[in-house]
Amino acid sequence: MTGTTQAPSPPTGGRGSGEGGTRDPGYNFAYLDESTKRMIRRAILKAVAIPGHQVPFGSREMPLPYGWGTGGIQVTAAILGPADVLKVIDQGADDTTNAVSIRAFFRRVAGVATTERTAEATVIQTRHRIPERALHEDQVLVYQVPIPEPLMRLEPRIAETKRLHAMADYGLMHVKLYEDIARHGHIATSYNYPVMVNGRYLMSPSPIPAFDNPKMDRMPALQLFGAGREKRIYAVPPYTPVRSLDFEDHPFRPIRAQHPCTLCGSTDSYLDEVLTDDVGGRIFVCSDTDWCGERQQAKAAVE
Amino acid sequence: MSEALLSARDLALRFGRVAALDGVAIDIWPGEVVAIVGESGSGKTTLLRVLSGLARPDAGSVHYAGQDVLAAGEAARRRLMRTEWGFVHQNPRDGLRMGVSAGGNIGERLMATGHRHYGGIRAAAAEWLRRVEIDPARMDESPRKFSGGMQQRLQIARTLVTQPRLVFMDEPTGGLDVSVQARLLDLIRALVAELGLAVLIVTHDIAAARLLAHRILVMRHGRVVEEGLTDRVLDDPQHPYTQLLVASVLAA
Ligand SMILES: Nc1ncnc2c1ncn2[C@@H]1O[C@H](COP(=O)(O)OP(=O)(O)OP(=O)(O)O)[C@@H](O)[C@H]1O
Ligand SMILES: [Mg+2]
Ligand SMILES: [Zn+2]
Repeated sequence: MTGTTQAPSPPTGGRGSGEGGTRDPGYNFAYLDESTKRMIRRAILKAVAIPGHQVPFGSREMPLPYGWGTGGIQVTAAILGPADVLKVIDQGADDTTNAVSIRAFFRRVAGVATTERTAEATVIQTRHRIPERALHEDQVLVYQVPIPEPLMRLEPRIAETKRLHAMADYGLMHVKLYEDIARHGHIATSYNYPVMVNGRYLMSPSPIPAFDNPKMDRMPALQLFGAGREKRIYAVPPYTPVRSLDFEDHPFRPIRAQHPCTLCGSTDSYLDEVLTDDVGGRIFVCSDTDWCGERQQAKAAVE
Repeated sequence: MSEALLSARDLALRFGRVAALDGVAIDIWPGEVVAIVGESGSGKTTLLRVLSGLARPDAGSVHYAGQDVLAAGEAARRRLMRTEWGFVHQNPRDGLRMGVSAGGNIGERLMATGHRHYGGIRAAAAEWLRRVEIDPARMDESPRKFSGGMQQRLQIARTLVTQPRLVFMDEPTGGLDVSVQARLLDLIRALVAELGLAVLIVTHDIAAARLLAHRILVMRHGRVVEEGLTDRVLDDPQHPYTQLLVASVLAA
């Protein structure tokens, strides 16, 4: 988080070349004022103390619309230190408008270095994916969350969902999975697949593919979740058990397209289907652009 | 005599100036069916809600199997509601999830009590549909497609699947056609006898009370004005209000 002891090695050449930021002195560090950051950090500490439990916080207006992940941005702003190296991905890619804008924002308001390399980043803000490369203890993964309440579609009354969490009364969530199997023959939920955190709280992993769920389990990196519009923060501390809900006779299965990546040949990464022409031509490529790029480089080096 | 399954004393609950419950005491023994009759507004539903933990009284005590229900935390009370008790509402909309299939409705209580085997849950749902005389082939249909009588039977299946010991029923046959009512009462009577359930049933229907209940409580203005064995109360009512109630049924 706040890089106190050891500055990350400066980014070196290539795709990952950290675009060093020059902080705009017109802003407080990382945009938010210090008292707001302290308020958010208190919410984060509470969230870390109660893994998977949603903690309310006084979400602030950000100079970006809600759909852009203002919850994640506020969490990132609250934990960022000058020595941090920030990576931002959107659907696994570093080069979407959303990801590019958020990186540019933090370069400007915090002067931090940014990178596209998972290995180099100390803070990774994400929407819809977990990087393929295993994260380590010195990293923090910040998720942008549109809807934090996993029970919302089943139980619209907020007071009642709170009660269900308090009582760990999650039969209702299993009813939804039951209905999935009854209707489709299998659990058709492929995104935002609900998980139990530390055997206690039901949690929405945000709209990541179910394929990524196992990466959350006992992850060495701290995972923080920010929902701006809904004003909630929650967390999964390092090495916390995270279990995808399932039935004994319908166990959870992370699903990926049954193809190797056309670009790097990976057979165990999450793939995007890309149309190559308008007559039905399609290829499958890694959704994690950094992962795919690294593998292509390694392959080229060998050849 | 063995210990009462449910035992309440001095229950009081006011809504503004209305005393919905005014010093009510009641005991229910294991396997016993008790009917509560009385005019509209006499406090029958309120009593059921208070006894089953859905509402809190202003005063009084409720003990279940020796446990002080009101002193127990909400978690303990909810556990009782999920495992030991069942509640059949007058309106199936209050007791069913209309957006969930019939099988899912029956399975919910199983899943809420930790069942995690899909095939086992379905087998139990099919078995319970059969027991309440609904074709198990309709397991994946929405209850919205069911008739009123079927919805009530589904509600009963959903309630009984976890084998509660005590079931609260609030006018389960209200709002149904007379012929459908008779069939539902027969079904309830058979299940109750088979499972040895204790039942507290609210009804307007004196004939239904006679058919099902071992004992009757007559309520008026939030008080129990008469109570006793069913035949005694109906054949030899003591309280003028009960006499009026029985006479009006005979006249009808
Ligand atoms: N939530 C509430 N708020 C205000 N008053 C209430 C509430 N619930 C019940 N009452 C009042 O308490 C009294 C008892 O109501 P209750 O519903 O228990 O009667 P009931 O015997 O079940 O009547 P019915 O046969 O019509 O169902 C009535 O005067 C009713 O208007
Ligand atoms: Mg009533
Ligand atoms: Zn690839």
